[in-house]
Amino acid sequence: MTVTTELNEHSPEKLLAPVLSAFWDQPNAWTLRTYLRHEGYDGMRKALAMAPDDVIALVKDAGLRGRGGAGFPTGMKWQFIPQGDGKPHYLVVNADESEPGTCKDIPLLYANPHSLIEGMVIACHAIRSEHAFIYLRGEVVPVLRRLHEAVREAYEAGYLGTAERRSQKLGMAGLPGLDITVHAGAGAYICGEETALLDSLEGRRGQPRLRPPFPAVAGLYACPTVVNNVESIASVPAILNKGKEWFRSMGSEKSPGFTLYSLSGHVANPGQYEGPLGITLRQLLDMSGGMRPGHRLKFWTPGGSSTPLLTEEHLDVPLDYEGVGAAGSMLGTKALQCFDETTCVVRAVTRWTEFYAHESCGKCTPCREGTYWLVQLLRDLEAGKGRMDDLDKLADIADNINGKSFCALGDGAASPIFSSLKYFREEYEQHITGGGCPFDPARSTVWADEPRSTHLGVNA
Amino acid sequence: MSDVTLGMPQLPAPDYPAEVRARLEADAREVIARYPDSRSALLPLLHLVQSEEGHVTRTGVRFCAEVLDLTTAEVTAVVTFYTMYRRKPSGDYQVGVCTNTLCAVMGGDAIFEELQRHLEVGNGETTEDGKVTLEHIECNAACDFAPVVMVNWEFFDNQTVDSAKRLVDDLRAGRTVEPTRGAPLCTYKETARILAGFPDPRPGAVEAGGAAGPASLVGLRLAKGESAPGRVVSPRSSGAPSDEPPASHPSSHDAPQRTSASDPQHPSGPVTEEGE
Repeated sequence: MTVTTELNEHSPEKLLAPVLSAFWDQPNAWTLRTYLRHEGYDGMRKALAMAPDDVIALVKDAGLRGRGGAGFPTGMKWQFIPQGDGKPHYLVVNADESEPGTCKDIPLLYANPHSLIEGMVIACHAIRSEHAFIYLRGEVVPVLRRLHEAVREAYEAGYLGTAERRSQKLGMAGLPGLDITVHAGAGAYICGEETALLDSLEGRRGQPRLRPPFPAVAGLYACPTVVNNVESIASVPAILNKGKEWFRSMGSEKSPGFTLYSLSGHVANPGQYEGPLGITLRQLLDMSGGMRPGHRLKFWTPGGSSTPLLTEEHLDVPLDYEGVGAAGSMLGTKALQCFDETTCVVRAVTRWTEFYAHESCGKCTPCREGTYWLVQLLRDLEAGKGRMDDLDKLADIADNINGKSFCALGDGAASPIFSSLKYFREEYEQHITGGGCPFDPARSTVWADEPRSTHLGVNA
Repeated sequence: MSDVTLGMPQLPAPDYPAEVRARLEADAREVIARYPDSRSALLPLLHLVQSEEGHVTRTGVRFCAEVLDLTTAEVTAVVTFYTMYRRKPSGDYQVGVCTNTLCAVMGGDAIFEELQRHLEVGNGETTEDGKVTLEHIECNAACDFAPVVMVNWEFFDNQTVDSAKRLVDDLRAGRTVEPTRGAPLCTYKETARILAGFPDPRPGAVEAGGAAGPASLVGLRLAKGESAPGRVVSPRSSGAPSDEPPASHPSSHDAPQRTSASDPQHPSGPVTEEGE
């Protein structure tokens, strides 16, 4: 076997770029001590020495775009906050990660919570906020423990606290006070929608608000509020520390920087892969061992279940905002759920649709009623009780939800319907002509291909 | 449904005993102080009353309404919106099987079906001994560890039908159960108190479970020229000595090369199906 030391352009070392995940393998990665050993809070010190508007300009020029799905420029969101208005300003971090398939913020907060805290200190300086909130979904208690601990450490170190204490501890005169409140949600997908999140944080049912006014003008307690995703804010310290040119050296002109890609499903090595925006699924699969042995990719989501499905023909689509958009989907949360040929697409779409029906907040009719009837039709199809005109009815209902519901949950519910009908209409028809689902669910389980024998033939 | 009240309104819920009330009021003051507006404390306070009684009772609703100056109707409207608030007595351990699409396909459906049969309960029901409440849950942001089971909102990753059955048997028998990520299990009530914003008081709880699960590290390992799990170190990293701990055991560097990381399309090692 030849031993080669050269790295070709397809090697993982060249293609990946761990920044947020760079030291997750260190013991006690989540502690302030470990974070400080890895340039932790250096970006904060630089930011606090700058004028707030200069921090906003830097993040804007770096081109950081929201990592929670929509891809809105983070710096621009900050710039929308009116200044000198005499009202308190708030930063709210959306850590309600619940989009099916999405699993990046939770491991990030579990292994490296201080990157978020540092980003929040910088963002609060930029938008002149003295109170920030982390809205964490409630169902992840291990992460909540580490956020409690990280915030405690940050108070102790003087990154947070009263004006006097921060100024004294950080050796910088004139710092305002800053508090962070960790808030655990109570189980509602809709609270990932930013205005529903604000209602929930105000102690109400989490239902979306009419916009305008946008949160930047009237957000939490009707005050100017920035709502950012965890990964967006956690990416800010590295930009401050290493500069916008460094950030722009990764990714593309319109989608610069690094991001976490979450590979899951029927792949040989599911997990987190942090790299520059614009990497392709083929590259990620090639470097990580591909699909599970003996199987082919059938369909995948680029960014969670609300982003239209893609197929094998899209393996070379650059996974950035423009690339995935041009392929007819959305980058979303970069949750790459990969399903192989053993998976029934009707079953998959039915389950997602049941999810949307369950999570619909009930505020608007198209989403509340539409998702209910989609579930009825899909269950009939799976059970072999469907009719050919049901397929048109599915598309029609999805069309009456998409763009006509109050918030993006409705659009998300329509995505898997439209895209699966587009690429797999034949499979829907087979469910009708064949009198039911032609797939054996046992074959798609993770243990389906395990050898019956315990003898593995290890060449010792 | 079948109870006809004949126009008689339900009587107000009883209050907590004075000692409990005083203790919860002190906690509530601490929670309320975290927010510029007291109503924001409602979700944490509902977690708090759940930590007292295991579910949100009418007494708990009354307490929240009184300390926040809301009506019980306003509080009930919020309770009924969120799935984490239980409205009936439930078990010490809430076992949630993810049956959203990805986990379901990967085996979550099979696990959930088998657990229902094994425990002789349906979705949302509790075993006779009051230990385990079984339910199916939605995506819990751990898809790279599918299929996932949560117990009292701690992660049990990469489950199988057998491992999940063992898990619930251990819970019912009172044997110690360790999550794959997270702290040793506490009861549902204790978990609810953490959710109310009171840090876990147990020594070692924050550290437990390590920094990151194996799937969280797979990209980082590749980027450093190390192996992915179950695969072999590529020879590239042999240059500079690294102060990182070895990927697995000390002699993994000369383990048989089953698949060259540089050519994942062409596995070179024994293929079980054909080799048998």
